Amino acid sequence: MIKVDEKGFYGKFGGAYIPEMLYPNVEELRENYEAIMASPDFQAEFRGLLKDYVGRPTPLYFASRLSERYEAKVYLKREDLCHTGAHKVNNTIGQILLARKLGKKRIIAETGAGQHGVATATVCALMGMECTVYMGEIDIARQRPNVERMKILGATVVPAVSGSKTLKDATNEAMRAWINNPVDTHYIIGSVVGPHPYPEMVARFQSVISEEIKWQLKEKEGSENPDIVIACVGGGSNAAGAFYHYYNTPEVRLVAAEAAGLGVSSGKSAATTALGTPGILHGSKTILMQTEDGQVVEPHSISAGLDYPGIGPVHAHLFDVGRGEFVAVEDKDAMAAGIELSKLEGIIPAIESAHALYALNMIEYGKDDVIVINLSGRGDKDLETYIKWGGY
Amino acid sequence: MNRIHYLFNTKKERVLSIYFTAGFPNLEDTVPVMEAIQDGGADVIEIGVPYSDPVADGPTIQDSNKIALDNGMSMKLLFEQLKGFRAKVHLPVVLMGYLNPIIQFGMEAFCQKCKEVGVDGLIVPDLPMQQYLEDYKAMFDQFGLVNTFLISPQTSEKRIWEIDENTNGFIYMVSSHAITGAKADISPEQVAYFERVAAMGLKNPRLIGFGISDAKTFGQASQYSNGAIIGSAFIKKIKDSKDLSGDIREYIQSVIKP
Repeated sequence: MIKVDEKGFYGKFGGAYIPEMLYPNVEELRENYEAIMASPDFQAEFRGLLKDYVGRPTPLYFASRLSERYEAKVYLKREDLCHTGAHKVNNTIGQILLARKLGKKRIIAETGAGQHGVATATVCALMGMECTVYMGEIDIARQRPNVERMKILGATVVPAVSGSKTLKDATNEAMRAWINNPVDTHYIIGSVVGPHPYPEMVARFQSVISEEIKWQLKEKEGSENPDIVIACVGGGSNAAGAFYHYYNTPEVRLVAAEAAGLGVSSGKSAATTALGTPGILHGSKTILMQTEDGQVVEPHSISAGLDYPGIGPVHAHLFDVGRGEFVAVEDKDAMAAGIELSKLEGIIPAIESAHALYALNMIEYGKDDVIVINLSGRGDKDLETYIKWGGY
Repeated sequence: MNRIHYLFNTKKERVLSIYFTAGFPNLEDTVPVMEAIQDGGADVIEIGVPYSDPVADGPTIQDSNKIALDNGMSMKLLFEQLKGFRAKVHLPVVLMGYLNPIIQFGMEAFCQKCKEVGVDGLIVPDLPMQQYLEDYKAMFDQFGLVNTFLISPQTSEKRIWEIDENTNGFIYMVSSHAITGAKADISPEQVAYFERVAAMGLKNPRLIGFGISDAKTFGQASQYSNGAIIGSAFIKKIKDSKDLSGDIREYIQSVIKP
């Protein structure tokens, strides 16, 4: 069984390796999250907002021209059509409702590409809560439109200037901010990373993705199980959501596309399972890119959302037990796949999601196979990168 | 007898522990800084093992970690540098390091090296108590290393009792809702917290860390505990020092003067 145990472990990975200063906050969450999430009034409000505010269910779209090109039945799960442009909002809606139940007054978050930051700023505006988003200085420069969106929504954006000045460092800063404001503040982590219960909690909020795929596919194909589900993995929240209800259905292949950057062996990569080893990052035991001395290595990807040196512990476990197939997609191939989808289907994907699209070229499948690709986000935020890249 | 136990058995008040980062400000400064801390009159030396992602530390110590790593500091090199330091330094020495570099080195190898060179205790801020008890306590005990846990104003009384039960060095009291170096003064809320914990009658000695920088704050903290730990303020003092041993001696003496 792929399942979190009571100590927060998925096999060898997970747990809560946190400074004692964070223990009361994390313990408060751990003790309460399951009961709150299971309560009928929470579910009613969560489901209501997903439907009327986010626009769920998102379509499961049969991509006929893409299917023809790849000689398989390819469906796209259109998370790019969610309000704010990506799946991230599924989790922020859930967590802000949870934070309100816990009586919290302020929200903090980290962000890489800015999608999670925007999704957090959005729900804070919706609920009238104060919002501070930590973002690496380098990401602020390369994701300008999202920075301005957060500000328009009323959030304060604080640059993380330590280390590589990207997602990893933004996460460090958010954790420090939480240590400094332990009583009235909730930290909305944007991926299936961090100390238990975050990885499982975020996965459950995102699991609406595979919950919908199941009934949508049943309607379209007569079976709720595809042959293959493909999703990109940085921390891995969209993948966890797309895989969640298939974890324990071994006949469904789960394919995770990591970012290989300039190439797995180039030294400029974020292909965690290819390059990483077991260790501890941001409060959980997982696979991470590190030196022999245990210093965290600075990753590289053209996509800010995948530019992270670790993966969520559940993905480390899927990798470890062979339940997931991991492929590493280079910047250039992801860009080509993004442009290809734009031309074939009239959908410009986020560069993160383009990594999942390219995986079609890297795995074996039969021509009758039903393949669901989780199109986690739209490409609006990446226009500048597409323009600079050219080739379209 | 473990030097930490010996210290607290013979000195109950105004114990001063000084934190610094190994390999900072320059790679070869580790042992000279330790000697100067001893000459200045401090009671405990806390050596920080530099890490790329020190989440429980504020900007000053983050910065010293980065400088030390850029200088080429590593766990292996630290143990090389520490070989033979006991010929010069008799104070208790505590290593403070995040868990990841330690488990990459190998916990058992790490504990063994600590014992070999003469380290007395460990502070691993991101090692949770449960994990320590299940996986590592027997090893710490085998190599004679005492373990120190942190508590904060939010730590529940029940948890403080558990920590007291499972600590055998001293309890490190985080004095504010803060990462290291974040606050300059001791507030009435902090005093209330110090008094609350002092009244519990714990078996372990208590040192107050975070936010201690001078004779005044050291004196205040010492009223409510067995002493205090200075980290960020010390790092600031030595960062651009032209006369390390002179400046360190002068600073420590300014803190401990009654």
